[in-house]
Amino acid sequence: MSPLSARKGIFMLLGLLVALGGFYAGAMAFTGAKPVLLWTDALVYVLVVAIVGFVLYARSREHLRDPWRQVFRRRLGLASLVVLLAYVFIGLLDSVHFRTAVDTGEGERPAAYAGEVLSVLDLVLTPLRESSEKTYSAPFATHSFAKETVEYPDGSRARIYPRLRHGGAHLADPEREHAADILAKLAWGSLLGLIIWVLLVLPLVAWLARRWRMSWNVALGRIFRGRCDIPWWVVLLTLAVLCLLLGLALVLAPHYHVFGTDKVGEDVFYQSLKSIRTGLVIGTLTTLIMLPFAVLLGISAGYFRGWVDDVIQYLYTTLNSIPGVLLIAAAVLMLQVYMANHPELFETDAQRADLRLFFLCVILGITSWTGLCRMLRGEALKLREVDYVQAATAFGVRHGRIIGRHIQPNVMHIVLISVVLDFSGLVLAEAVLSYVGVGVDPTMYSWGNLINGARLEMAREPMVWWSLLAAFVFMFVLVLAANLFADAVRDAFDPRLRKQ
Amino acid sequence: MQQPLLEVNHLTTWFDTREGKARVVDGNSFRIHRGETFALLGESGCGKSMTALSIMRLLPGQAQGNISGQVLLDGEDLLQLPEAAMRRVRGNRIAMIFQEPMTSLNPVLTVGEQIAEVLRRHRGLSGAALQRRLEELLAQVGIPAPRQRLGEYPHQLSGGMKQRVMIAIALAGEPDLLIADEPTTALDVTIQAQVLGLLKELQSQTGMAVLMITHDLGVVSEMVDRVAVMYAGQIVEQAGRADFFAQPQHPYSQKLFEALPDMDKRDRLLSVIPGSVPPLTQTFQGCRFAPRCHRAWELCHQREPQWLPAGEGRSVRCHLYDRRVPHPQQTGEAPQPLDLAHATTGEVLLEVRDLKVHFPIRKGLLKRVRGHVYAVDGVDLSLRHGQTLALVGESGCGKTTLGKSILQLLRPTAGEVCFQGEDLTRLRGEALRRRRRDFQIIFQDPFSSMNPRMMVGDIIAEGMQAQGIGGDREQRLARVDELLQQVGLKPEHKFKYPHEFSGGQRQRICIARTLAVNPKLIVCDEPTSALDVSVQAQILNLLRRLQQALRLSYLFITHDISVVSYLADDVAVMYLGRVVEQGPVGAILGEARHPYTRALLAAVPRVHADVPRQMVKLEGDPPSPMDPPAGCHFHPRCPQASAICRECYPEQRQVASGHWVRCHLYS
Repeated sequence: MSPLSARKGIFMLLGLLVALGGFYAGAMAFTGAKPVLLWTDALVYVLVVAIVGFVLYARSREHLRDPWRQVFRRRLGLASLVVLLAYVFIGLLDSVHFRTAVDTGEGERPAAYAGEVLSVLDLVLTPLRESSEKTYSAPFATHSFAKETVEYPDGSRARIYPRLRHGGAHLADPEREHAADILAKLAWGSLLGLIIWVLLVLPLVAWLARRWRMSWNVALGRIFRGRCDIPWWVVLLTLAVLCLLLGLALVLAPHYHVFGTDKVGEDVFYQSLKSIRTGLVIGTLTTLIMLPFAVLLGISAGYFRGWVDDVIQYLYTTLNSIPGVLLIAAAVLMLQVYMANHPELFETDAQRADLRLFFLCVILGITSWTGLCRMLRGEALKLREVDYVQAATAFGVRHGRIIGRHIQPNVMHIVLISVVLDFSGLVLAEAVLSYVGVGVDPTMYSWGNLINGARLEMAREPMVWWSLLAAFVFMFVLVLAANLFADAVRDAFDPRLRKQ
Repeated sequence: MQQPLLEVNHLTTWFDTREGKARVVDGNSFRIHRGETFALLGESGCGKSMTALSIMRLLPGQAQGNISGQVLLDGEDLLQLPEAAMRRVRGNRIAMIFQEPMTSLNPVLTVGEQIAEVLRRHRGLSGAALQRRLEELLAQVGIPAPRQRLGEYPHQLSGGMKQRVMIAIALAGEPDLLIADEPTTALDVTIQAQVLGLLKELQSQTGMAVLMITHDLGVVSEMVDRVAVMYAGQIVEQAGRADFFAQPQHPYSQKLFEALPDMDKRDRLLSVIPGSVPPLTQTFQGCRFAPRCHRAWELCHQREPQWLPAGEGRSVRCHLYDRRVPHPQQTGEAPQPLDLAHATTGEVLLEVRDLKVHFPIRKGLLKRVRGHVYAVDGVDLSLRHGQTLALVGESGCGKTTLGKSILQLLRPTAGEVCFQGEDLTRLRGEALRRRRRDFQIIFQDPFSSMNPRMMVGDIIAEGMQAQGIGGDREQRLARVDELLQQVGLKPEHKFKYPHEFSGGQRQRICIARTLAVNPKLIVCDEPTSALDVSVQAQILNLLRRLQQALRLSYLFITHDISVVSYLADDVAVMYLGRVVEQGPVGAILGEARHPYTRALLAAVPRVHADVPRQMVKLEGDPPSPMDPPAGCHFHPRCPQASAICRECYPEQRQVASGHWVRCHLYS
């Protein structure tokens, strides 16, 4: 790539950022809301910028592009990428936070803001968020899960299963209409999903047709016969499944609690959607925090050897020999006490919960860099003896430059593979830690908290199974997609697995 | 005429690649008679190994079914056999030995178990009979103390020993045909001579036929009865050995001979074949060699030549031998002479005094030093401006370590490296970094010597950037263009990545990279040993031209005597970390004094073996530099060793002007 186009890429990126920021600020000013930048939000933005920057940088570099193209050629890799992107989309919507203005009725006076921090996703899901019941209700139920004593207007009392406030409230006679209504909504939902799919696919096909310089028909034929380099039909198929689910959710969710409600009557579907961000943040930010340690220390140990190597090795063997959960529990509990003693530091509950999430990422990052560090040390040990590094030494190139130009780019495939592989492990780790009680803040939505909440109810009769199911389904899909994607990435990037 | 043992008819093998069908073997036919040695000769990527694997039906996965033609072993078509029957043929009737003895043996099984596997499977032996046969086989391939060796693991054996074990495994099935795929390419010349001698001897004992795959004309000349030259998947010429060496007919064969470096060609540039072997994925039109052929005319580009008989028992695939078509007169092309008067100022550029590089061996819990590897152990050398000093020796003798320690890539343990009067071993930090521009290195493997993630332009400019020379960015880019042209590449190549180039082109880029900082000395660490003969000639020519133009001095590390004879002014022969003999190239190659030098020279297979050479057969393997023998390091292998050789290391003696030897024979 010529330096000109590199500069162009950077300008494009900056322009995009400014535009997005401007749009965001404008929207906030228009609605009179006050933007809130949480710690994890900021890091998520940094990550997004870094990824977009990398894509722009890699676009014209063949050696970076080629392995990615191989990832896209794998059908499973592509399908799982689409699923992951759907998750990321929801997670990003949930990462733009603000506080709405409260009308104090005092005109021009500085506005007061609500104590509740909302995200864009919350706005989208307002019907779900606000349709809370009294307590448990099963998926698609019209009546409460527990009997209640109801007082009739005539003064008589009865213990019955009362109607839900929101679930199936539009039905006059739930007994008779319930099944038919759900079926009808399923049909409508499917149709809506199909329409959304067509609306999404049209621009995609148009873009492909333009790129291939073909007419629409030919391009469509090419896509569906699998004649193109990248199996686009897999993308279309995965999108179809996702759109179908979206359509169903759009039609069903406003009228029913698709995954039921929890103990305090909150919609479980809403909780599961909100948990996506927590899972993604843990999975990605942890690696972001661990990378500098692992890369810097690993490469230095392998490249400089001698006492540097000794110090770093002692450091990570020591750290490795302390049980990870113990370290995490100790750190989280200390943090918890500190935060409880300094409530003045946090404007809102959400900010407090977020800081705890952030520190959980930091702690997980600090305890998990050793594995990658060890691998990078080994690779750097090998690379420092490679001819091109020797040649650079013979030219008198400085150490920093040798590491930056020769060693680091040639270990990045290991970094990438291990980051992608670690992701699913971290999502699961969050669930386990929250279940144990040393994970994220109890007020924060996360799959671990969802499971923790459902734990006791598993023992009652009749069983409350839906919280667990919802957490399981959402987590399973994410982790499965991440694992399949990681496989594709490893196959493409690992030189030993790469076919010539 | 008796029925041939193996008859291959129109054998074609193809791979389905993303770029299309790659015909790696394309319609080849040949016959091998009992007891005969037949060679497939050609450069890498010509389909030699694929031919052998097709005969054995051992092709990798997806190409398994992509074979057509006939492979008749005693009249039975191997290609029609079911896999189960084929397994009885492999190892039993046809056995194979591979190039890399290190990876062909299973490291977790003892040598005995690996040979016994074949004996049990194909000979049904067991118990005492098996044990007896195992010992017999090892004795047959010349391994001393066979009973002990049977219980050893591959890592306990040297490379030559491993190859002998491989041969023993191949012999275990008492095959009719032995396929040897570059059996000695990974071995040193003295070991190569041993293994080739062994193969010959076994062949005369057992009467088996050998299909030898090689790129080495010397090996062909010493070993075989008939030769087939392969180019781009096709056999282009077949002939008996004597005929072939007397007068090769295909222009490709002729060029292969002319591209070989030797003493007589010192005063001129080597004749080269331009370009490199074409990729096999394309559909060829006309003769495959035409684009590189110096005698090609229009017809060659249009029509594919047929097999034409050309004298008794030989045939060739070339329009030149087709009487039915008119062909143009040969245009004479004299090799470009080199101006040898480039001579030197006589001023010494590099002086190495008593250089030592010892690596400590640490063992045990506390990593105490338990001994040293004496990689370089007291070397004296001197190199004049504009001259080439060749450093010759077998692998493991410390050549590369010496080269790197001269460049201060490895810090020497003791001794001096005086470069233009300045001792480099005393330089530290910034001073050394600045000085590095004067001495550079070219590596053996062109594939690992460039960062795969940098563009060629950046790779070449790296040295200029590090040394802060070459002006600003624009000037540097201009200099990169100039350098690329100087080494025979195009300026637009600077925007490409190393993987887009062939081995020879990469080596050119490496040369351009070193030239970028205007060095005075270049250490060439076997720069051509990973390349084919024709490409080697291109690189050697380039190195000589540059030497003339830029008055460069080369320290040329190699094990290839023919390259030495073509290129070097002085030669130093190394054995186990010490220089045993040094002097002018004529004196060393003509009147070698040290027994090791003589053995080394004698072990090199000759291309024109008119005069039967007297073999100074060198037994055994080079000893380990961890534990060098007492006295003269060479005495355990030396045919002329006497009592004093076991006691003390000989002093350096001058036997003629500038010719030094370390041997008690001359004291």
